Amino acid sequence: MVTTYAVTQALRDGIVSPARVGAVINRNVGALRSGPAYWMVLFSGFFEPVLYLLSIGIGVGALVGDLTLQDGQVITYAAFVAPAMLAVSAMSGALAETTFNFFFKFKYVKTYDAMLATPLRPAEIAAGELLWAMIRGSLYTGAFLVVMVAMGLTSAGWALLAFPATWLVGLAFGAVGMAASTYIRGWQDFDLISAGQFAMFLFSGTFSPVQDYPPAVEVLIAVTPLYHAVELIRGITTGSLGWAMLGHVLYLIVMMALGLYVASRRLTTVLCR
Amino acid sequence: MGTLAVLERALVSYKRLWQASVFSSFILPVLFVISIGIGVGGYVGDVDGVSYLDWIVPGVLASTAFQMAVGESTFPVLGDFKWVKGYHAMRATPVGIGDMVAGYQLYIAFRVIIAAVVFLGVSAAFGAIHSPWVVVTPFVCALLGVAVSAPTSAFSASIENDSYFALLFRFVVIPSTLFAGVFFPVSQLPALLRPLAYASPLWHAVELCRSATLGVAPPWPVAAHLAYLLLWAVLGYLLAVRAFRRRLSD
Repeated sequence: MVTTYAVTQALRDGIVSPARVGAVINRNVGALRSGPAYWMVLFSGFFEPVLYLLSIGIGVGALVGDLTLQDGQVITYAAFVAPAMLAVSAMSGALAETTFNFFFKFKYVKTYDAMLATPLRPAEIAAGELLWAMIRGSLYTGAFLVVMVAMGLTSAGWALLAFPATWLVGLAFGAVGMAASTYIRGWQDFDLISAGQFAMFLFSGTFSPVQDYPPAVEVLIAVTPLYHAVELIRGITTGSLGWAMLGHVLYLIVMMALGLYVASRRLTTVLCR
Repeated sequence: MGTLAVLERALVSYKRLWQASVFSSFILPVLFVISIGIGVGGYVGDVDGVSYLDWIVPGVLASTAFQMAVGESTFPVLGDFKWVKGYHAMRATPVGIGDMVAGYQLYIAFRVIIAAVVFLGVSAAFGAIHSPWVVVTPFVCALLGVAVSAPTSAFSASIENDSYFALLFRFVVIPSTLFAGVFFPVSQLPALLRPLAYASPLWHAVELCRSATLGVAPPWPVAAHLAYLLLWAVLGYLLAVRAFRRRLSD
């Protein structure tokens, strides 16, 4: 649609070259491999949501028992929490790369200044960084979906449909994260980002249904993005699809488009002035 | 005297940066209690004869101290060796290596006690405090803080690359928090995994805090829980002194 059109236009005009975007990704692979114990660092990102699933899903789940969804379907607490963990994992994976790591390269290491001395352009840097975040993030979400299927928390078919949904979640958060990073003044500002991230993690219908909250709070939560990510992915993995899901998809697409637009504009003004 | 000088230095720098810690030290644990304690608690019912909120509050209290103590002894300690060179500067003064470690541990204890008192005030407002024994919990949290921050300082002083902290958090800190009886009773774990929870200093502090806020007896004798935490603190201190000496003797 809009994004596809923009991408094809950009390719035709020669603004974004896949080879140059690939070079940005390749640089990140090299940087990761140059650190110590990189397999462990790579692996550990997958470990975290699985531990949360085991502790909250299974441990607390034994105290909770079963939950009844809005469409009347009764599921175990683990099956309720797991898709939320998946959405959180897609969000935090994308944000880790596009906020903390991005800012470090942007302000301190001056990686992007160096890149601009080559034929690379700001839009290609943005695209490369976002794709890299997606590649890394989808390793984790893919593995997590395998765990969910193995634990009987969703079926293989729904898991296959949930996988592209995690991409959408990652792209939306990654694009907005990158746009936000171009405005960040110093490390102190990361407190704001992690505060927002954590508040969403706790209250987006992650651990208990949002219908429990007072109506005013529920409306407030419906404005924040993680809620839409959780509802979309939970709808898929529990197999209760509905028209409301189109709304969640639309929200995430708009978020991604806005994020990408602001990020490449800001990169151009800040780096090329 | 040297120990107090190191404590003073840490406090002076905290005075400048304390706003940054407000979220992680004070707001986050309260949000946690609201989301899990009240939100999920609505579905849980009673645990060990008390409401889930009452049950989880002492767990969140101890785990906040735990996370704070580990966090404050990772980047800040490595940073003082690697980037800020604070310890190298101290070595040029009469401050001894034992003072560097002890002074910083006092600072951790101070931070943990303040956070614990604030959190207890909020918990009392939620009606989750049921025994006057609650007054001992800030000190239990301080002991837990030193028991984990001393060995963590030793670790931070002996590594070169901060990537290892990601591994420490994901393979040690988060699993400890999730499986040490903070969110659900350790008795629910498979028998094979229970000893791992008992080995974690966090579990001992959680049980002590829980028995103090609920006014019941802990699973082990109080002296045994305390002795285990003390053992971690003393061994951690010795390891940290050794690691600091090695790093500063180049």
